[in-house]
Amino acid sequence: MSGQSQRLNVVPTVTMLGVMKARLVGATRGHALLKKKSDALTVQFRQILKKIISTKESMGDVMRNSSFALTEAKYVAGDNIKHVVLESVKSASLRVRSRQDNVAGVKLPRFEHFTDHSAGDAKSDLTGLARGGQQVQSCRTAYVKAIEVLVELASLQTSFLTLDEAIKTTNRRVNALENVVKPRLENTITYIKGELDELEREDFFRLKKIQGYKKREIERREQDAKKYADNIPLKTGISMNSAHNLIFVGAEKDDDIIF
Amino acid sequence: MAGSSQIRTNSSALIAMIADEDTVTGFLLAGVGNVDIRRKTNYLIVDSKTTVKAIEDAFKEFTSREDIAVVLISQYIANMIRFLVDSYNNPVPAILEIPSKDHPYDPAHDSVLSRVRYLFSAESVASGRR
Repeated sequence: MSGQSQRLNVVPTVTMLGVMKARLVGATRGHALLKKKSDALTVQFRQILKKIISTKESMGDVMRNSSFALTEAKYVAGDNIKHVVLESVKSASLRVRSRQDNVAGVKLPRFEHFTDHSAGDAKSDLTGLARGGQQVQSCRTAYVKAIEVLVELASLQTSFLTLDEAIKTTNRRVNALENVVKPRLENTITYIKGELDELEREDFFRLKKIQGYKKREIERREQDAKKYADNIPLKTGISMNSAHNLIFVGAEKDDDIIF
Repeated sequence: MAGSSQIRTNSSALIAMIADEDTVTGFLLAGVGNVDIRRKTNYLIVDSKTTVKAIEDAFKEFTSREDIAVVLISQYIANMIRFLVDSYNNPVPAILEIPSKDHPYDPAHDSVLSRVRYLFSAESVASGRR
């Protein structure tokens, strides 16, 4: 991808260099933290996976037991209990409560079942009153146990799916930081440093050049002064020193020579 | 982190069922069944006469209802509406595939476990970072 290692378009100043460096430090730290988070989430993920597999197997067993209990109840209490049960459904007494758990920074939903005793308990007591009451009771307990296992399984499954999403997002961010943001920042820093160096070199070069000119100017004046000074003592009798001072002290305050 | 899909916290949610008659009877015995004032139930009994469309509609209705947290569905019924079940991505309500009397549990078809199997192949979510 050609756009992968571009740099940001910035003005190459010293301030921007500082800003870019700070951002790079932030990106590096964020990258390390996110990697740790992703690792922690993956560990949780694998644990939940193992639990799901074992729970699914036990669920198969539990369901089978409950089916047997139901068949027994049907055999003993007559086939009619199906209709009796269907008729007597009013309000659910076995419900599920959902809440959120915070695991390694991710909100996972958790289900737990609870019995709402206020909702029509009386209806289920009449089933199997004629015959087979005990079988019906045992069938009921078997199914309640099945519900417990199933609710736990549902809980595990939702956590599993949520964790899956979270891991994908975190990995996406880690990869983005590692492959896009950091190279871009590094390239920008290199570019700014290069520009600053070049400016410094330009400055240095300019300085040297000016020094060169000044030196030559001074040498030229010295030569002129010498020639002049050679002539002056012959005419007016000033020493070369004072002639020298005349010319040079006056020329001491040097203005910038503008070319 | 922005909660892209807010998970509902419900203090009293129902368990929906789409299964054959015997399984539903058993669960109703346990007290999972609910009929509200509008005669809407939280279960669907599937027999040989039930159409696939009816099953689809029930599934869609159960998953969009606010007060249902878990949907139990027999695996052979889930196979009938496999595409719906597989494309369902919300964490709540949770879709759980249960075995039925005639069809013992087959992990190869479970929508969640099939995703898991893909995880343990070469391209897995966890090791995809490298």
